[in-house]
Amino acid sequence: MSLAIHKLLRSAPLDDAAVDRFIKRHSFPLVEGPHTTFIFRGDVEAVHLRHWVFGLGSNQAFKRIAGTDLWFLVLELPPRSRVEYKLEVHSGGHSRWVRDPLNPNLAHDPFGANSVAHAHGYETPEWVAADPEARPGSLEEFTLEKTAFGDPRRLTVYLPARFRVTRRYPLLVVHDGGDYLRFTALKTVLDNLIHRLEVAPLIVALTHPHDRLVEYANDPTHADFIVKDVLPFMEQRYPLFPAASARCLMGASFGGVASLATAWRYPGVFGRLLLQSGSFAFTDIGENRRGPAFDRVVSFVNAFREAPGRPSERVFVSCGTYESLIYENRSMVPLLQTTGMELRYEEARDGHNWENWRDRLQTALSWLFPGPLWMVYE
Amino acid sequence: MVGGKAPLYTQSRSKATGVLLGPQRLAVTVNEELEALAIKGEVAAITAGWQEREAEDEELQAALGNRAVNLMLHARSDAVGRDDPELFVAHRAKQDRLRQLQALYRGRLAHAIMAARELQAAAGDRALIESELEAAIEAIRVLDDQHLARIKGIEDEYDDAMRPQDRPVVQAHREALAEIIGRAGAVAIAGGHVVSLLTRLRLFDLAPLIAGRPILAWSAGAMCLTDRVVLFHDSPPQGQGIAEILEAGLGLFPGLVVFPHARRRLRLSDPARVALLAGRFGPAACVALDERCKVTYDGHRLCAAANTMLLDFDGLLRPMEPRCP
Repeated sequence: MSLAIHKLLRSAPLDDAAVDRFIKRHSFPLVEGPHTTFIFRGDVEAVHLRHWVFGLGSNQAFKRIAGTDLWFLVLELPPRSRVEYKLEVHSGGHSRWVRDPLNPNLAHDPFGANSVAHAHGYETPEWVAADPEARPGSLEEFTLEKTAFGDPRRLTVYLPARFRVTRRYPLLVVHDGGDYLRFTALKTVLDNLIHRLEVAPLIVALTHPHDRLVEYANDPTHADFIVKDVLPFMEQRYPLFPAASARCLMGASFGGVASLATAWRYPGVFGRLLLQSGSFAFTDIGENRRGPAFDRVVSFVNAFREAPGRPSERVFVSCGTYESLIYENRSMVPLLQTTGMELRYEEARDGHNWENWRDRLQTALSWLFPGPLWMVYE
Repeated sequence: MVGGKAPLYTQSRSKATGVLLGPQRLAVTVNEELEALAIKGEVAAITAGWQEREAEDEELQAALGNRAVNLMLHARSDAVGRDDPELFVAHRAKQDRLRQLQALYRGRLAHAIMAARELQAAAGDRALIESELEAAIEAIRVLDDQHLARIKGIEDEYDDAMRPQDRPVVQAHREALAEIIGRAGAVAIAGGHVVSLLTRLRLFDLAPLIAGRPILAWSAGAMCLTDRVVLFHDSPPQGQGIAEILEAGLGLFPGLVVFPHARRRLRLSDPARVALLAGRFGPAACVALDERCKVTYDGHRLCAAANTMLLDFDGLLRPMEPRCP
């Protein structure tokens, strides 16, 4: 396959005007079949692609086209891959990480934003963008003054469109609720999926941690907070189905650990779990090598692997194949299957990031809380 | 037809007149149709498909010129359940059996549909493949008819045992409903949850009552008035997207299978899927009932608006004929 960058290399004269035309004619990164071409333009000393794809060299060097200020790198990306990246630009003896100036596609997270490359076959789900036909739900803010933590905690509550106190709803409790709202467009996604009848109208309690690496690492206080503070508050205030099958705990990364650990400490309370890229680090022998933040996680996962019990009824697990945690998540699958819980597991060619977790929400939520898609024709 | 017998779905003794419309929420046309039909007086409105939101009919009232009288079928059926617990328990048991039956049928249906789809995609001698495909589609039709027969068996058994129409609480509501419908100039049936709606239309045996009035129905309301209620979605987030028969409809608009929200719910650009639906449910006309579409029935013949498309046997969409004047 002759790539556009190779045609440019063969063109004569290969001067600034040719480079200008090349850049004007294409959008970048340029996807041609399995090949993705990244480019950078500038009179600098070196350019590297920095990304978070586990298994791919993390420091890919661009080549400079002689006689020009154009740098390029061609990577072969498997179909439907989604890769977040930055460019490391070396200039004047210094280096800095920048977003790709030629790529308008960004993914945001608590640390800022990354550029995103979509390989051939990846499409942003249509239910991510606001649908003007979808009736919007609403958000309410609360502060739980007395909590197991000993300090007040913020709680955001999502109510579906056309909420009625005369009706009963399932409850979804979301860890890192603020991040889910900001970086996965969770409110828009819920509005759309409920409007499309794919997910049952549900009430969502979005929690906001103070120190997530501590609270989410199998902290008994956190489990008490969810079960003894959040749940009673929600049950007292909203019309919820009083059944485990209508309660779900959800979280990503350490939030996945917090969800599973809470359900494990209080089996039978939450009949649904949504565990996205859970940080389920464990050791078969020897010490934890992921750092001190994982010490309690490893202790928990090791204990869970020893005696998982049956903390829930139905569990959806997802993980990106470009994550370092893919081994740990794959290892959880057969273990969870032995518990008698109903399990769905989904992988995607993506990394440990919010848009990966966003893209899984349709499959996950429509399985955990199926909507009346087949029965309602409005 | 199976074995030369009559079709097993409803062959209503009543015939209706009126119009079946596409979804109304974002493109209201029912007001224009009321005007075109020169309807005077009250309009008996059925919003039971909205379930517990049945009474929240302000937008519908506005569309109907504030002359709707809501029949409140959902609330009435709740009242029947409260006042006649024996009937309530028997009804719930029947619905449980129907749900189980539907799951069993769904399992068989998946295999039959897959066989047909495999043949549609097969390469080789077209004549041989077409003949096998025809047999595969016939097998689906037989399966659908068997399902309808089994549903009818369960419904008949329930009717014989419980005689719901003879029970005083049901009779009282039916008399009240007959009085409202009798003085109304037309009946409007909104969409929503098709099982909730159809169950309540049947509970109060409304077919003979509404058949005497011009009917305007849309989405699930339209589905309930045809011979067979078909549940469908080609791209659901879970499952294989296989259309299934729910049960017989009231049969007041015969010879039709309607697909509300077809553009959104069906892969209309996939000729194989379109052809399979048309072949499976033919000779009934499979109609894509999207916004602003309509099919009119005068008790003898159907006609359609120019934008109303038919799913044809060759997998293409064609304007439904004849067109309404």
